[in-house]
Amino acid sequence: MEDKTFTISVYSENNVGLLNRISGIFLKRHINILSLNVSESEIENVSRFIIVVNTTEKWVQNIVGQIEKQIEVIKAFYHTDEETIYLENALFKINSSLLFDEKQIQNIIKESQSTIVTVSRDFFVISKSGRRSEIEELYAKFKPYGIMQFVRSGRISVSKEKMEISTLLETFK
Amino acid sequence: MRISGAEAVIRCLLEEGVDLVYGYPGGAIMPVYDELYKFQDQLHHVLVRHEQGATHAAQGYARATGKVGVAIATSGPGATNLVTGIADAQIDSTPMVCITGQVGRHLLGSDAFQETDIIGISTPVTKWNFQITEASQIPEIIAKAFYIARSGRPGPVLIDITKNAQFDEFDYSYEKCTGIRSYVPVPKLKLDKVAEAAALINSAKKPFIVFGQGIILGQAEAEFKALVEKSGIPAAWTILGLSALPTDHPLNVGMLGMHGNYGPNLLTNECDVLIAFGMRFDDRVTGKLATYAKQAKVIHFEIDPAEIDKNVKTEIAVLGDVKESLAALLPLIDAKSHDLWHNEFKALQEVEYNTVIKEELNPTNGKGISMGETIEMINKHSKGDAIIVSDVGQHQMFACRYAKFNSTKSNITSGGLGTMGFALPAAIGAKMGKPEREVVAIIGDGGFQMTIQELGTIFQTQVPVKIVILNNEFLGMVRQWQELFFDNRYASTKMINPNFVAIAEGYHIKSKKVTQREDLDEAVAEMLASKDSYFLEVMVEKENNVFPMIPTGACVSEIRLS
Repeated sequence: MEDKTFTISVYSENNVGLLNRISGIFLKRHINILSLNVSESEIENVSRFIIVVNTTEKWVQNIVGQIEKQIEVIKAFYHTDEETIYLENALFKINSSLLFDEKQIQNIIKESQSTIVTVSRDFFVISKSGRRSEIEELYAKFKPYGIMQFVRSGRISVSKEKMEISTLLETFK
Repeated sequence: MRISGAEAVIRCLLEEGVDLVYGYPGGAIMPVYDELYKFQDQLHHVLVRHEQGATHAAQGYARATGKVGVAIATSGPGATNLVTGIADAQIDSTPMVCITGQVGRHLLGSDAFQETDIIGISTPVTKWNFQITEASQIPEIIAKAFYIARSGRPGPVLIDITKNAQFDEFDYSYEKCTGIRSYVPVPKLKLDKVAEAAALINSAKKPFIVFGQGIILGQAEAEFKALVEKSGIPAAWTILGLSALPTDHPLNVGMLGMHGNYGPNLLTNECDVLIAFGMRFDDRVTGKLATYAKQAKVIHFEIDPAEIDKNVKTEIAVLGDVKESLAALLPLIDAKSHDLWHNEFKALQEVEYNTVIKEELNPTNGKGISMGETIEMINKHSKGDAIIVSDVGQHQMFACRYAKFNSTKSNITSGGLGTMGFALPAAIGAKMGKPEREVVAIIGDGGFQMTIQELGTIFQTQVPVKIVILNNEFLGMVRQWQELFFDNRYASTKMINPNFVAIAEGYHIKSKKVTQREDLDEAVAEMLASKDSYFLEVMVEKENNVFPMIPTGACVSEIRLS
């Protein structure tokens, strides 16, 4: 079985220590987490984890089984890239003088459909949402001009198929 | 009622029906010990000699009674000393609640004296854990702890309580936990799956049942026996499943796995339908997975969804409580006998008897006492009614292979983790949980010295456990592997041992050492007749091996008889 990228979605109680418990499941199997996003879901006190790994389907099944077994986990799913809509967000901090001195910068911003978050005397910040490849492309374009800081978020995604969790969570309300 | 957190801990334990706890006091748990002193008429505390002993004693108690075992320790080293027992309970699905003291809330993260992150340390080996930092959390969290430890697939839970939470007062009330929204302990049984399983079982020509501890944990022994008898299907056990079906039952064909019996291992790769009950296809049972029962359709009755298809691909998975599943299955099963198929097991048993067992039970060529004949002698005098608690190593395999059991919850051993040092403290717990039963610990000279200090607990509590040391002056199992796979290079397996009898006598435990075969019968009889604890050291042949054996990574059908 070959390695593939899988997105694991976990709905859980928002409790101290659960992240440690979940990450331990990957540690025990020597599987590296490529990206991790944890935030409050649409339901109060319910967290949603989005974990991206590169492994075999057999392992991802095993991992999801072990995650779901944890007492405070409500439900866990896994999907391939084709089964999800996903993106990540990136912030670029760039020297403000470039905005005025380098005409090309404005074109890059327009063409990449990124947005300017803030502009100050010293720097401006651009936000870009999209696939990893789009962000990397943008990075490559800005790089020759100098990037003061760059950061990207973990992947967030929604599945194409319905996650039964929505109804499950309704019953908890 | 306004009480301290420490008092609440005791009251919660009483609410959960706990009357016996094992533990060791220390700074961060002192308020709880102060309450244990006040409540000593209702809650008996057994002072062990090392916290690891508290966990194994709690495990022994749980395994013998089916109730939740409880261990208490202080913070720091007290807590870390629990970890081996917790890991053992996790892998062997033993219900246990551990309570540890922790430094005060304001000191957390300051590297205070005896502060350790026991929540972080215990996370991978607990079913659940929680740190209580406010007294008012105590009732709800302890109620959850017991619910989680005993429900579904049981396991260990650790509750860490900061010292301020033990001291602070709050308005106490207790409510038992009956459910947790994110936790489904028992998957709902699907009757269509049961019907599918029944159809496949009824159509099988060479069906074979393999069963594990799930039968015992699910209290489904009677239903299971009824199924075996009605279906006429030969049944074999994992070492944790041992004693769920009496060993002398005609359809009990023996032990699976690395040192299991010849027939069940070979015929695993001959059966057409393999029906697994409450077991997890551990590597010690399956050997090489790529060649394990590939010809068979596998039906897996299991409570834990994460076990389905984990190691062995199933044709039909029946999730749910095994007692309920068996009750639904039984009426759908055709009454049959599979005599020709069963005879294949008997024929292979005959081969094993002639090549392995006969010599083990009656050693020739002037060989010293064997482990197998010692177990057989215990059988003779206990008549199969004793609880046998074995440690880890060769003696464990001999105990599991040769001990006779008439009733369930009688074989207590560290199966999954293989924890040397388990048996002595576990035997203490088993005997305290089942005082009316004979409890015999069977231990090697290596494992005995890992928790030898619990002789002190036996002396102090006067718990009448019987201890049999099978002394070959070697770490025998490792030595066997060195002989077979490492060209006889006995690296660090020779033991130069102390005078064990003198040590036992130092603890005022009646003792005897047997070196000659002709003294064994009388010594075992005397031990089992004793009303008090008894220590019996048997000097056994030094370099005997356990056979049959499936070498690591080999296929079950490559089982060796020598």
